Amino acid sequence: MTQPAQYGLLAEFRSAEHLVEAVKRTRAAGYRDIAAYSPFPVEGLADALGIKRTCVPLVTLLGGLIGGAGTYFMLWYSSVINYPINSGARPLHSWPAFVPPTFELAVLGAALAAFFAFLFASGLPRLHHPIFNARDFDLASRNRFFLCIECRDPHFDDSRTHDFLRSLDPMRLVPVPW
Amino acid sequence: MAGQEQVLGAPSSQPVLRGSYTYASITDKIADTVLERPTHWAWAVGFAVSASLTVLFIVAMSYLFAKGVGIWGIDQPVSWAFALTNFVWWVGIGHAGTFISAFLLLLRQRWRTSINRFAEAMTIFAVAMAGLMPILHLGRPWFFYWLIPYPNKMNLWPQWRSPLVWDIFAIGTYIIVSILFWYMGLIPDLATLRDRAAQRWKQVGYALLALGWRNDARHWARFEIAYLLMAGLATPLVISVHSVVSLDFAIGNTPGWHSTIFPPYFVAGALYSGFAMALTIAIPLRATFGLQDFITARHLAVMAKVMLACGLLVTYSYLVESFMAFYSADRYESFMLLNRMTGPYAWIYWTVIFCNVIVLQTLWFERVRASPWMLFAVAILINIGMWLERFMIIVVSLHRDFMPSAWGMFYPTFWDIAILAGSLGAFALLFLLFVRFLPVISMSEMRKLVKERRESSS
Repeated sequence: MTQPAQYGLLAEFRSAEHLVEAVKRTRAAGYRDIAAYSPFPVEGLADALGIKRTCVPLVTLLGGLIGGAGTYFMLWYSSVINYPINSGARPLHSWPAFVPPTFELAVLGAALAAFFAFLFASGLPRLHHPIFNARDFDLASRNRFFLCIECRDPHFDDSRTHDFLRSLDPMRLVPVPW
Repeated sequence: MAGQEQVLGAPSSQPVLRGSYTYASITDKIADTVLERPTHWAWAVGFAVSASLTVLFIVAMSYLFAKGVGIWGIDQPVSWAFALTNFVWWVGIGHAGTFISAFLLLLRQRWRTSINRFAEAMTIFAVAMAGLMPILHLGRPWFFYWLIPYPNKMNLWPQWRSPLVWDIFAIGTYIIVSILFWYMGLIPDLATLRDRAAQRWKQVGYALLALGWRNDARHWARFEIAYLLMAGLATPLVISVHSVVSLDFAIGNTPGWHSTIFPPYFVAGALYSGFAMALTIAIPLRATFGLQDFITARHLAVMAKVMLACGLLVTYSYLVESFMAFYSADRYESFMLLNRMTGPYAWIYWTVIFCNVIVLQTLWFERVRASPWMLFAVAILINIGMWLERFMIIVVSLHRDFMPSAWGMFYPTFWDIAILAGSLGAFALLFLLFVRFLPVISMSEMRKLVKERRESSS
């Protein structure tokens, strides 16, 4: 299979509101393989793009449970089974003393899970992405808002998509080469 | 509402962001402190001084590892002194950063935006200094990893009922979570630096650190959820860390340590000294880098108010501690308190009261809160007062505990002071490197603030 010459079409907007409006109209026109880029999180943009709820909260919860339960198990196993020592007639399973490490490692497990779930769900780390080939895309981290319709979208047709994006009144419209 | 705010003297009309910034100009201004701005003479002087002190730190540590803890002034009965005081002090300083970045994020306090990044950096460097101290204090520091449960041929486990073992879980978790939280917030800004850098090596360096961040709305959606969850996790963590540190003392039966007030008392003290250190850093930082538009008089005033609130809690703890010493009818407890006030270390007690209680009262006046110079002076005195407070709790309680035949005095040696000065130098060095290589203010959050301000004004 030959590499297509183009990744998509990129429209540049001046304001966050304009981008959200453009995304809504693009979705309404039937395009699905689209991506929006903004220099800060824009309220309503995720809804407009139809982004479903992510797995991040669930993975975080699981990480916390594994961290906490695993730690408590380790403390119990080492004090009761593996290395029981009668220390001043205290019970071997002295759970109040086990609470601080259990809590700390539950937090650690949850925080590590949240961080790596965010990276994994976002497909990061990643060394390169074709979107960076677009001209002036570096402004996405400064002051401009971008909407990209990818060529793999079934509705994508070079001239028709071009005309459609033109109708959204962008500041600029550029192709994204591979 | 308006009348109430006037009564409180709240400069609520003062914005958290001055000037007329756009997305582009605010980004450029902050990014240029890293990418374009030539080295400021004050930065160079600070770097020279802190690098020299860091060398002293390395020398002191090397000598310590060669000779052992006998080079310090510790002995029986005072076997814990400078290292433990430094430990508690540095961990406490670390608390303000996480408090500002996590707790205030959950409370949606917009004034946190321009100060959270450097406060988080302060946290990480302070906790790093704190983490070194107990290791330096070990008789055999090369075996510090015996505190961590790992499968070993000796078939031994750590002693789970010891708060010193809880410490390694608390401090270890705290530093890892602080670094993750800080790094995660940095990712969008590292991408901005990648996009703005002119030289190839800077582009590549920042690009690798940014992990391929594209400002994609999908990334942002997950980023916001994960960041909020991390804040929710960091907030109880902050409370737990200094509580566990306080249990190192409260679980011992030494008079002056064995008290149920210790966990909240230490947490309030931690926030108090942490905000003092945050102000100590913020005031020269904004002057040197010209960040007065972002770290405004409003920020300084609000931080001063938080410091006042925490300081009053600490004052209350001093009062309760004194009351309970007598109310308990325990002769050792009441002697401990009288010894603190009138014994050989009385000057420490009264300096603590002067710095942490009396100087604090100046913050009731708006004129003090509005003057960076006065705030800086107050913050420095509180930093000193809080260090001495920990010294008082640790050393003054140990030096005269039960039997007069076992009493003694502690005198610091040169190496005690070298470790303290060296850790201050290493902390400052790390911070100076941070302000040179990473954005001290979150650019993506400032852009969002610009948008919110536009919306509220239109």
